[in-house]
Amino acid sequence: FRIMAGKVKWVTDIEKSVLINNFEKRGWIQVAENEDWNFYWMSVQTIRNVFSVETGYRLSDDQIVNHFPNHYELTRKDLMVKNIKRYRKELEKEGSPLAEKDENGKYIYLDFVPVTFMLPADYNLFVEEFRKNPSSTWIMKPCGKAQGKGIFLINKLSQIKKWSRDSKTSSFVSQSSKEAYVISLYINNPLLIGGKKFDLRLYVLVSTYRPLRCYMYKLGFCRFCTVKYTPSTSELDNMFVHLTNVAIQKHGDDYNHIHGGKWTVSNLRLYLESTRGKEVTNKLFDEIHWIIVQSLKAVAPVMNNDKHCFECYGYDIIIDDKLKPWLIEVNASPSLTSSTANDRILKYNLINDTLNIAVPNGEIPDCKWNKSPPKEVLGNYEVLYDEEMAQSDGADRDLRSRPGQSPGVKGSRARESGKPVLTTWK
Amino acid sequence: AMLDPDRGLSLTIARVVQRLQASSLHSQLERQARVSLHKPEIKLESLKEDIKDFLKTSGWEKKLQNAVYSELSVFPSPCHPAAPPEHIKEPLAYMRKAQGSWEKRILKSLNSMCTELNIPLAQKRPVNEQKELLNKWNEMGTDEPDLSLFRPVYAPKDFLEVLMNLRNPNYENGDQPSFRNHLGLIQVPLKVKDIPELKEDFSELGLNIGQLGIDDSAQVPPEFFENEHVHVGQKVLAEQDSAAAQQYVRQGCPTALRADLWALILNISNQPEDILYYEQLKSNVIQHDLLVDSLIYKDVKLTASNDDYYFVFEDYLYQVLLCFSRDTSVLEHFAYSSATPPKSYIRGKLGMEEYAVFYPPNVKYNSFILSVAPLCFLYHEPSKLYQIFREMYVRFFFRLHSISSHPSGIVSLCLLFETLLQTHLPQLFYHLREIGAQPLRISFKWMVRAFSGYLATDQLLLLWDRILGYNSLEILAVLAAAVFAFRAVNLMEVTSLAAAEAVLADLSTLKVMPLLQIFLFATVT
Repeated sequence: FRIMAGKVKWVTDIEKSVLINNFEKRGWIQVAENEDWNFYWMSVQTIRNVFSVETGYRLSDDQIVNHFPNHYELTRKDLMVKNIKRYRKELEKEGSPLAEKDENGKYIYLDFVPVTFMLPADYNLFVEEFRKNPSSTWIMKPCGKAQGKGIFLINKLSQIKKWSRDSKTSSFVSQSSKEAYVISLYINNPLLIGGKKFDLRLYVLVSTYRPLRCYMYKLGFCRFCTVKYTPSTSELDNMFVHLTNVAIQKHGDDYNHIHGGKWTVSNLRLYLESTRGKEVTNKLFDEIHWIIVQSLKAVAPVMNNDKHCFECYGYDIIIDDKLKPWLIEVNASPSLTSSTANDRILKYNLINDTLNIAVPNGEIPDCKWNKSPPKEVLGNYEVLYDEEMAQSDGADRDLRSRPGQSPGVKGSRARESGKPVLTTWK
Repeated sequence: AMLDPDRGLSLTIARVVQRLQASSLHSQLERQARVSLHKPEIKLESLKEDIKDFLKTSGWEKKLQNAVYSELSVFPSPCHPAAPPEHIKEPLAYMRKAQGSWEKRILKSLNSMCTELNIPLAQKRPVNEQKELLNKWNEMGTDEPDLSLFRPVYAPKDFLEVLMNLRNPNYENGDQPSFRNHLGLIQVPLKVKDIPELKEDFSELGLNIGQLGIDDSAQVPPEFFENEHVHVGQKVLAEQDSAAAQQYVRQGCPTALRADLWALILNISNQPEDILYYEQLKSNVIQHDLLVDSLIYKDVKLTASNDDYYFVFEDYLYQVLLCFSRDTSVLEHFAYSSATPPKSYIRGKLGMEEYAVFYPPNVKYNSFILSVAPLCFLYHEPSKLYQIFREMYVRFFFRLHSISSHPSGIVSLCLLFETLLQTHLPQLFYHLREIGAQPLRISFKWMVRAFSGYLATDQLLLLWDRILGYNSLEILAVLAAAVFAFRAVNLMEVTSLAAAEAVLADLSTLKVMPLLQIFLFATVT
């Protein structure tokens, strides 16, 4: 018999003040992992253990965790691409208008991930593609690493000879998944501001995959490279030019500790509206929302939609100079380290708003609840997509859900209360 | 002496005609007129009328109108044909004198820095250095020259001290009882407006008139005001009418139209000769090294590089400011500014005019930087950005750095601010004065920078819309007073200058239009 009217007991294996301060301000009680706990903010290693066959255990109804068991379907670079490719093929097979292709064979609405191959498995396919555009640059990323570790750029096949050899050896001598790489077409025409390259970090909270319910944090930010961007091949080795990860930029000579090379998304919006116009800016942001939702829909069928779980993802998006957004990757454990004072405030509020949605009223949770928080608790989150609400609104949502198709797209401002504000392409 | 209005008008016309005849617009119009002779609708019998009609329908008349309007906006009306040039610069002798002393002080400070550091004010750059600079023209921000020995020429509070010590020698304390009660820092009896006059001047900011910055917020349906306002803005741009644009922006610019509207009001069209001029300035920068350059570098590093919004544009700031410090066309504005530019000569060429380098006077480099930076949100083509900034400077910003009696000059703005506060928030004013926190000590830095670096960028741009719309900087003083009014409750509880500064340290969340509206139109006077 559990005492339900008590304080939430929390555990974490991530020692970050933005987390701990939030737990303490709610009057929650810290306990150890082996004690009875209600809320566990865990690292991705721990979630693996909790749900693994050997070391796993059942969670009880009053226990909530911050990861989905197989989040890696979305957050591992190779699996994300695999799932999106599978999703597109499925839509194509069922004749969905979403899977429409243009005269060059490119998906019109679902081409938002740069061309990607797994190495060494797809090496030959990659070579074929590479030879079509021999002057192109490609980016090699290890599947299992984060924070920009192990990433490098290539523009010659000789630079990845190692993977050619490995692909020729028996495919049963498989690399451990830690050494698998993805190679993607490098976006060498990024949108530059002040001559500098940047990417977008957006936070997306998923409370359930089936039905899909997700929220977008309004206070995303742009991360700028400290060095002027140049597509020149001599600078391919200079990671300060190309990678926007703060972990890398922090060590550059020019890294600034007051603003940390970041801009708010609203700054970006102001700049783009002022220099490019309102329609194209609205279209860009609509497309960004679109690709996030499509990526979630792509993995929804394979996700273990465990009711004890929610997850806050860090989406990395790059905008090219034609104002097309590209999904680069999704992070399961977006950094909670703060590089500046503003950053600390932002992340503190992010966790605060996340907890308000995931653990209603700050009380001992019941994982069977309907995961539909009232809109007053959303804080800086906005509803990005609510499958239940979308379906109840009537007929074939997907048919009408195409970016740029609906006239009078207004962007993300709420005009009527209660409606999902970001789904203007509905 | 009072000038007969007709006389004044014909003098103005003569001056405008003279200036326009020397401009490129004149030769363009001549060319257009000549070209039109080939057109069938131009008949010999009615040549003059037909050409005039042609110029009207082809939009050239509008361009001429805009140019005339621009001249009228920038140059003050002549006071009297016999008035000496100094009077056009600044009618009050004691102000001229104060400005002169201030300039001497700055030049002395610059010169002593040169001597101390053994660096000339200006020198030619060696060829290899020139090449290097040309290569990294677009990324000067990555340079880290040793700037530790350079001091800023002066800080805002030095300038404030000078303004506080201004006295009109002809003025006796006993003469004007109303002024005897002025308890602020500024002690010169300039005429400033009161709230009823401000309400009239800024009537478009009234409560029942739509505003961007208020009536375009998320809660307000766009059909109410925003859509129509955008539509009107598009029409104004299509008509290319400067005067109409200036009227329009009083209610704020839609973000997508702002860059074009400001360019229209400032009459900037980025012609090939303008681009060429900018390139020439750039080559001046490459060829000659000025002491001022290091000071600019240092100040950009200290201010913009650390700013949440402007750090991205650091490189553009160098490009604009380095060129600006060599732009002699800016000298024209000295005809109506109380300031006079100090002149220096390239080392070894003393006295040779072609090697003269003019220093923009009273350059409070910080302020410059922060007044360029917001423009980077609107213009990313360097020569256009440069021209817009230069025009903003010669119309408005120079008045924030020089001592004059002009209603938009910093002295008047300070006095206006203090008067508004003392008249309408007397309790707050007395309280702050009692605890040694004279309000002007806090608001001075806001006004001298036109609030750049203090407000969020979108709010700053809405404020500057109104500066352009009303062709006046008075709104800066009104906003400063409105900010104090807004935080009055907290300010009444502080007991020290430091605490007052803390209450007013962060303006980044303020919404300027509601503050202005409430202060002007909804406060019980």
